[in-house]
Amino acid sequence: MDEELERDERVFLLGEEVAQYDGAYKVSRGLWKKYGDKRIIDTPIAEMGFAGIAVGSAMAGLRPICEFMTFNFSMQAIDQIINSAAKTSYMSAGLQSVPIVFRGPNGHATGVAAQHSQCFAAWYGHCPGLKVLSPWSAEDAKGLLKAAIRDDNPVVFLENELLYGVAFEVSEEAQSKDFVVPIGKAKVERQGTLITLVSHSRYVGHCLDAAAVLAEEGIECEVINLRSIRPLDMETIESSVAKTNHLVTVEGGWPQFGVGAEICARIMEGPALNYLDAPVIRVTGVDIPMPYAKILEDNSVPQIKDIIISVKKSLNI
Amino acid sequence: MLLSVNSMQKMLTIISNVLKGSASKNVARVVAARTYADFTAEATFDVKKCDTHRLDDAPPTKSVLTREDALKYYRTMQVIRRMELKADQLYKQKIIRGFCHLSDGQEACAVGIEAGIKPTDHLITAYRAHGYTYTRGVSVREILAELTGRRGGCAKGKGGSMHMYANNFYGGNGIVGAQVPLGAGVALACKYLDTDQVCATLYGDGAANQGQIFEAYNMASLWKLPCIFICENNKYAMGTSVERSSASTEYYKRGDFIPGLRVDGMDILCVKEATKYAADLCRAGKGPIVMELQTYRYHGHSMSDPGVSYRTREEIQEVRSKSDPISLLKDRMLANNMASVEELKEIDVQVRKEIEEAAQFATTDPEPPLEELCNHIFYNDAPLEVRGTLPWTKLKSIS
Repeated sequence: MDEELERDERVFLLGEEVAQYDGAYKVSRGLWKKYGDKRIIDTPIAEMGFAGIAVGSAMAGLRPICEFMTFNFSMQAIDQIINSAAKTSYMSAGLQSVPIVFRGPNGHATGVAAQHSQCFAAWYGHCPGLKVLSPWSAEDAKGLLKAAIRDDNPVVFLENELLYGVAFEVSEEAQSKDFVVPIGKAKVERQGTLITLVSHSRYVGHCLDAAAVLAEEGIECEVINLRSIRPLDMETIESSVAKTNHLVTVEGGWPQFGVGAEICARIMEGPALNYLDAPVIRVTGVDIPMPYAKILEDNSVPQIKDIIISVKKSLNI
Repeated sequence: MLLSVNSMQKMLTIISNVLKGSASKNVARVVAARTYADFTAEATFDVKKCDTHRLDDAPPTKSVLTREDALKYYRTMQVIRRMELKADQLYKQKIIRGFCHLSDGQEACAVGIEAGIKPTDHLITAYRAHGYTYTRGVSVREILAELTGRRGGCAKGKGGSMHMYANNFYGGNGIVGAQVPLGAGVALACKYLDTDQVCATLYGDGAANQGQIFEAYNMASLWKLPCIFICENNKYAMGTSVERSSASTEYYKRGDFIPGLRVDGMDILCVKEATKYAADLCRAGKGPIVMELQTYRYHGHSMSDPGVSYRTREEIQEVRSKSDPISLLKDRMLANNMASVEELKEIDVQVRKEIEEAAQFATTDPEPPLEELCNHIFYNDAPLEVRGTLPWTKLKSIS
């Protein structure tokens, strides 16, 4: 964000606690000190209002980054995101653009219970006119956010609170001020031969961990990091399935109408169906509002053992 | 008495046209005897004093009107009036479909606001937007063609009645109240970019109860945004009168800590002076401000509402006969010798012609081509493939 704020004067950040508090999760630390009140704006607790203000400012020539403290609160503002931002380019036949980024943590954390733990990938991923991104690694986060800010369209950028504290190795290339990751392209994080694991955000890490365990048994998994929920890179998934013949999807969100469900539908509609030796297995969050107690919460979300079991089931091992 | 060359030429053309058209009438000889020198170039009119909220002064109670401006306002209001009535006709013929919210009766609002701001200022409103689309620069042709869903529409048939846009005009918005934070956001951009522009942010008496408006009031006031919040109070939100929807019907006070004005929305000069006052206030960095325009719509809420189940025909008729914005201006012009009856009639004829031609275009222009179905999902983006109704249908979208 710092690089993009420096690069383009029209970029600014608004949201609750983003300025003087340095960000609820410290993501915007140091920015207010550097850029001041004009460009880093603390808002009152008024999501519908400030999201609308952000969209309006984008319509009038600015490039806002609108932070939701978590995407759970974006539900208050969802009308502005969908009806005022996403649909406008189409409704105006290209006369009115809305270059805006909505970002914040998405999905569950730990111990924050039902109202603070929902994953919105499927809801936002459903809507034409939006680009929806879900980074996993630090490279993803940086490159995709820069791409999102530079994009002239509304982008929903789904971060993850639990990933904020995870350290990643970052390449030389990724440290450049112009390092941008293309929107709509998945990344193969790990090459494999026997089975394809597809995931986004935090669960990419789980897949890689599962793959490491399975590798010891000689099962080499290919792990794909979606990076982009919308547009969804089916080509990368299909090429991988053509090679491995087996597919498991992993996500933190609920199963019904979820990201995995969409992948299954598209696999079935596309060329990769003929390459499948087994049905696709979706590993998802449990279909319940998130409980609070640790044991309950831990068992409400995919665990590494769930991925391992699915792989073996798919491979009939 | 200084008149611009332009207006003199206009007058001579009008007079000669009238002569051509009615050579056999006595009237023509009367007109021929009058020259531009007979008309008042400029007159000052009393306008109602606006009720104020948290303001030490108020907009002026006298408004200076030049002949040129008077003719311009008259014409513009007539265009809106006739355009809306034409839309009514086309809707009843089923050539316009879906939603159609007409603003006849409220012409002084659109024209008065436009007179009080500059073309470089910004404006956003809700769905009763055809008049504003016109005053913000879109031709009647393009508006009607958008209503009829043709490729020549200002949004290429993609938007329809509620989604028309122009330079510095952000629609046309379908979700009640959503346009108000948007307008505050436009005002934020004006301030951020250090222009002296303002944003006129319109909403109705129904929308006035939306929570997001209060969120926008708060932030606009906190950050001193150059936003003129304008409540077009036409007394009915669909079928619900203001008394039935609002614990307080003093919409100009609803901004609480924000100063407010209550304005006679049927008097174009009152609207103009109040808007100018509000815009000056915002430009001086003292914004925001709330303006309530008291106005009236002759039609029902939309074309599917006859508009008489929740109000009486007598009420509508009373407003028409006593407070019609176009008649009010016309009477003032004639009483002060700013124009002749014939001249105004000629304008009416021209306006009718313009609307007819626009309607002709709107009914004969082809519909948008199917190849363009998926275009403009994104702006300034590479072409993309879009799924059609069937899994193997790959449609193309370019921006």
